[in-house]
Amino acid sequence: MAKRIDVSGLTAYYGSHKAIEDISMTVEPRSVTAFIGPSGCGKSTFLRTLNRMHEVTTGGRVEGKVLLDDEDLYGTHVDPVAVRRTVGMVFQRPNPFPTMSIYDNVAAGLRLNGSYKKSELGDIVEKSLKGANLWNEVKDRLNKPGSGLSGGQQQRLCIARAIAVEPDVLLMDEPCSALDPISTLAIEDLIGELKERFTIVIVTHNMQQAARVSDRTAFFNLSAVGQPGRLIEIDETERIFSNPSVQATEDYISGRFG
Amino acid sequence: MTHAAARAAQARRSTLQGARLPRWSPWAIAGGSVVAAVAVGLGAGLDSRIQWGLIAALLFVLGTYAIAARTEGRRQARDRVATSVVWVAFVVAVIPLASLLYATVKRGVKVFNGYFLSHSMGVVADTEPGGGIYHAIIGTLEQVGIATLISVPIGALTAIYLVEYGRGKLAAAVTFFVDVMTGIPSIVAGLFILSFWILILDLGPSGFAGSLALSILMMPVVVRSTEEMLKLVPNELREASLALGVPKWRTILKVVLPTSVGGITTGVMLAIARITGETAPVLLLVWGTGFINNNPFEGAQASLPLYIYQQYANSAGSNAAYDRAWAAALALIAFVMILNLVARGIARWKAPRH
Repeated sequence: MAKRIDVSGLTAYYGSHKAIEDISMTVEPRSVTAFIGPSGCGKSTFLRTLNRMHEVTTGGRVEGKVLLDDEDLYGTHVDPVAVRRTVGMVFQRPNPFPTMSIYDNVAAGLRLNGSYKKSELGDIVEKSLKGANLWNEVKDRLNKPGSGLSGGQQQRLCIARAIAVEPDVLLMDEPCSALDPISTLAIEDLIGELKERFTIVIVTHNMQQAARVSDRTAFFNLSAVGQPGRLIEIDETERIFSNPSVQATEDYISGRFG
Repeated sequence: MTHAAARAAQARRSTLQGARLPRWSPWAIAGGSVVAAVAVGLGAGLDSRIQWGLIAALLFVLGTYAIAARTEGRRQARDRVATSVVWVAFVVAVIPLASLLYATVKRGVKVFNGYFLSHSMGVVADTEPGGGIYHAIIGTLEQVGIATLISVPIGALTAIYLVEYGRGKLAAAVTFFVDVMTGIPSIVAGLFILSFWILILDLGPSGFAGSLALSILMMPVVVRSTEEMLKLVPNELREASLALGVPKWRTILKVVLPTSVGGITTGVMLAIARITGETAPVLLLVWGTGFINNNPFEGAQASLPLYIYQQYANSAGSNAAYDRAWAAALALIAFVMILNLVARGIARWKAPRH
């Protein structure tokens, strides 16, 4: 079930370095929200605060609130492991587990969490691979290692692995930046299908991609190198790309900087 | 292609193409240097074959430079000299190893047979022929096995702590002491257990006491190699697992360790190979005996390195004892080699597939 994300006054640090400052936004359920902005503006950092992966990095800590349907992810008794089961993530570089087969990779989330019925596992794996548009390509070699697939297939395998645990939200950190145009198209089509079931947040450096896949777009920027990144504006994608309300957004989108 | 065109093509290539020595030239130069060195050695009446070899090596490097500099130019000459120095260093390193293996096999096979492997020295005097190393094999297997059982869990867990959890002063201190432990001489480890086990606790010699000393030697090696292997596991795999909502301990157990198990096994096997040849702690703590003692927790035991030493020391000039010492050395080398082969097999079998 897709959930709404409400962020208010979020600031994230790496040790004493402030990476992003005072970010507030709402991410609508069953929609795709894209984050754009120049390198180092904190898009990825912000994305990682949404499933508490930021604190995995040494010295990473967060101030502020992230509400997932009224439940604060940073509340006192919240278990980060439970948060990550609800908010899944796909990374920039495809990272299937090298010791596991395609089947085991998709089943990994369920198996390692210990929360599955043996009889259902095969169905879940098939459903997830179909959901990631990969089933037809791998159904005859489910026992082959996942690292033998092409880059685009590996990335769809990682998406299948992420949706197999039935999260409410799917975070994607530049999921196509290591892929060729055809694989990128496959992933973009997939994102369009997945938004029927999940809340999707995608970080991208490719503005055409943001325009193609997203319903809403958030523009991040930083005032100078070493300064924390900030949210400049978030709006309907059409508006951001045609008539943004902030000059910096227009400059960035039209290629005048960044 | 017409004649003129061929010539034009050659002229065009000439800026990229220089004179090259033929592929067999290094072999020819090496052969020539050996012949020249033998001639010089015989002519000057040098007795030592080592001197002949050094002269040949020197002639090879200098000859390579002179010939290459004349025909190919200075840059290629330097390249060839670097290559020839690498080859000379390789040969210098391999000669002692090959000669050691040759000597051990040649002298060891004399009494190396089924009888030798399946009998002890119980009723055989050290100066007489007969007897075998069965009791020493039992001792080595038990002592090394127990030492491995002690040090692998402790060492692997320490490495996991250092790589996955350790931050700040405690981790730095542990790393420092592991480094210090790596440098402990085996006799010191033996004396440490001797003062603790035999002098303070007043217990007699036993294989287990030897295992304790051996595990002191083994632990830092296991920690170091496991640590390096765990560091090789890409952080992306840990993050991928954590992002699926897998707890950290399960991530380490199910993702990090399986990815690195091949390398860890190799490291453990190398550590075992290292302690298998230790004599000093065994001499101090296990004492050695000619009889079969299957119980590692009570009474003196034998072990292969100690057996070799004692056969040599107690031989009183008897050839039978020397032969047994060499055959035991052969058994020890074979044991270590089999371990290494097994480790390689496991590493290949468990390696992440691509």
